[in-house]
Amino acid sequence: MAASRTYFWLLVVLLVLCFGAAARLEPQFQFMRLSDDRKHWVVDLHTDLNVKPLRLSRATGDFFNVALGDSRRMFANNFYVKADEYYHSGYYPSIFDDNAAFKTAHMAEDTGAVSTKNSGDEHGFLGPTRNWIDAFGRHFFPDRHTHLDAGGPQDDLSNSGDVREILPWLKLSSDLDPDNVQTYTVTAFWLRERMNNAPEAEAVLHDGLRNCPGSYDILFELGRVYDESYHEHGRARNVWEEAARQWKKTYPNLNPEEQKDSLLVMEQIATHLAKLEEDAGNLPKAIDWLQQAQKVSETPDVLQKDIDRVKYKLSLEFNPILKPLY
Amino acid sequence: MKNIFAVAGVVIKELYRRKDFYVLFIVTILICVVMASINIYNDAHIVRYLKEICLDLIWLCTLVIAVTTTARQIPAERENRTLLPLLAKPLTRVQLILGKFLGCWLACGLTLLCFYAFFGALSASREHQLPVANYFQAALLHWFMLGIIVAFALLGSLIFAAPSSNATICFVLIGGIMFVGRNLDRVALTLREPTRTIVYWLYFVIPHLEFYDMRDLVVHNWPTVPWLYFGLALLYAVFYMGVFLIGACLVFRRKAVN
Repeated sequence: MAASRTYFWLLVVLLVLCFGAAARLEPQFQFMRLSDDRKHWVVDLHTDLNVKPLRLSRATGDFFNVALGDSRRMFANNFYVKADEYYHSGYYPSIFDDNAAFKTAHMAEDTGAVSTKNSGDEHGFLGPTRNWIDAFGRHFFPDRHTHLDAGGPQDDLSNSGDVREILPWLKLSSDLDPDNVQTYTVTAFWLRERMNNAPEAEAVLHDGLRNCPGSYDILFELGRVYDESYHEHGRARNVWEEAARQWKKTYPNLNPEEQKDSLLVMEQIATHLAKLEEDAGNLPKAIDWLQQAQKVSETPDVLQKDIDRVKYKLSLEFNPILKPLY
Repeated sequence: MKNIFAVAGVVIKELYRRKDFYVLFIVTILICVVMASINIYNDAHIVRYLKEICLDLIWLCTLVIAVTTTARQIPAERENRTLLPLLAKPLTRVQLILGKFLGCWLACGLTLLCFYAFFGALSASREHQLPVANYFQAALLHWFMLGIIVAFALLGSLIFAAPSSNATICFVLIGGIMFVGRNLDRVALTLREPTRTIVYWLYFVIPHLEFYDMRDLVVHNWPTVPWLYFGLALLYAVFYMGVFLIGACLVFRRKAVN
């Protein structure tokens, strides 16, 4: 009894020491920042845009970094998957099921800016019933593949706003791992697309840019907010051009798999810019962007048709068709 | 039957005299209220995360109440030396076991009623709808599952030495069944003989508590479970309650009471 009491008091003392040390040290981290190459600490007594804030400060409300350390990324990923599970209204494979069709979150895939790694049958990952217990048990949990975006379990398209239910988990995920770009883009896409909440989407993306400066994914999504929601085409052009510049700068430093994934975003950036330029009447620029998109596209033939179409449109400006006199 | 209800009444009175339920209920309410007050992108219609947290807490709290209340029933009677005077009255050992079971099960039912009323009010306040049939199915299946657990914990209280060890074993087994029970046959396929056959048989022998977990259906507003399968699940629960109670009666018949 006496021994256990000693251990208990030792535990209490350790706990107090840990919290005391944390409370003593933590405010000092407000001035410490990690350098751009993330290799050494720098004391940030003035604003330097080349260094990234570590965000260990209580003042910024970032409790998770202090409490969880690097393990927060694991939890962040878990909550990201949880959001995708909500997107499927609970119909989601467990570790015992075939998850080949769920390698890339469908909620991210449906934004159109994420390359997919999914294969296999997303509808029947449960497979045929194995025995009577399995067959009977399937009546007590979701057993049909649906997307909240497409009406969910009720198959009612007027309920597509229910996709809002994924947002708490995405918010938690981005709080835990502020460096995950996809969380911001997915959150912003659904806020803009289904909630019609462009100001919140823009705020999320700006928050993302603060945490991941120069992210071409976030810049692309921000351009879509300006172009599709605010109809501010000039701002959209500026943001997308910056996204293209950032992609060109980042691409050589990515690993082969990341390079492959980034091609789809670049194609999207270039085609959106081409469309913008075409609508503005800048046809040579539009052709230029389409050709850039063609270089990174998996379907260059389709883009060639677009290039031919714009070239024909351009030729009409310089060589008007001669109309017959009679 | 009168004796059984008399014993059950005492158990229910014990529940509302103890503070366990009140503490757990208030903690659940506080956590849910705090979670509900979080502003998520200025959208007041987001509710499913709240429903899930609330249901998870309800499951946790009711499991704790069911196991701890049941596990201490017989050992407490023995410790307080009230078991012998109790059996000296015109009360058989079987009646005592059935009374204790009924009392614990009804107490769990009352607890569930309070928790689900709160859950219904919470979700209705956000969703502006109350799918009564879904909640009825979820609560009743939950209650019958607690019936299996109460019967099992009662049997455990006669086998294991202390209530604490009984409660721990109950929680481990319940957790195991809830997390792996549905896929135990698939786990068996990855094992070598004879473990494979043993685990495969275990899959058919254990009570599949996951049948009674309608949380995903309730949280995501799926339609009700077909009433035929709902009824069959209740019968399945009654069967296992019967098995564990018969086991408890058989063990208690040979047990020294002093």
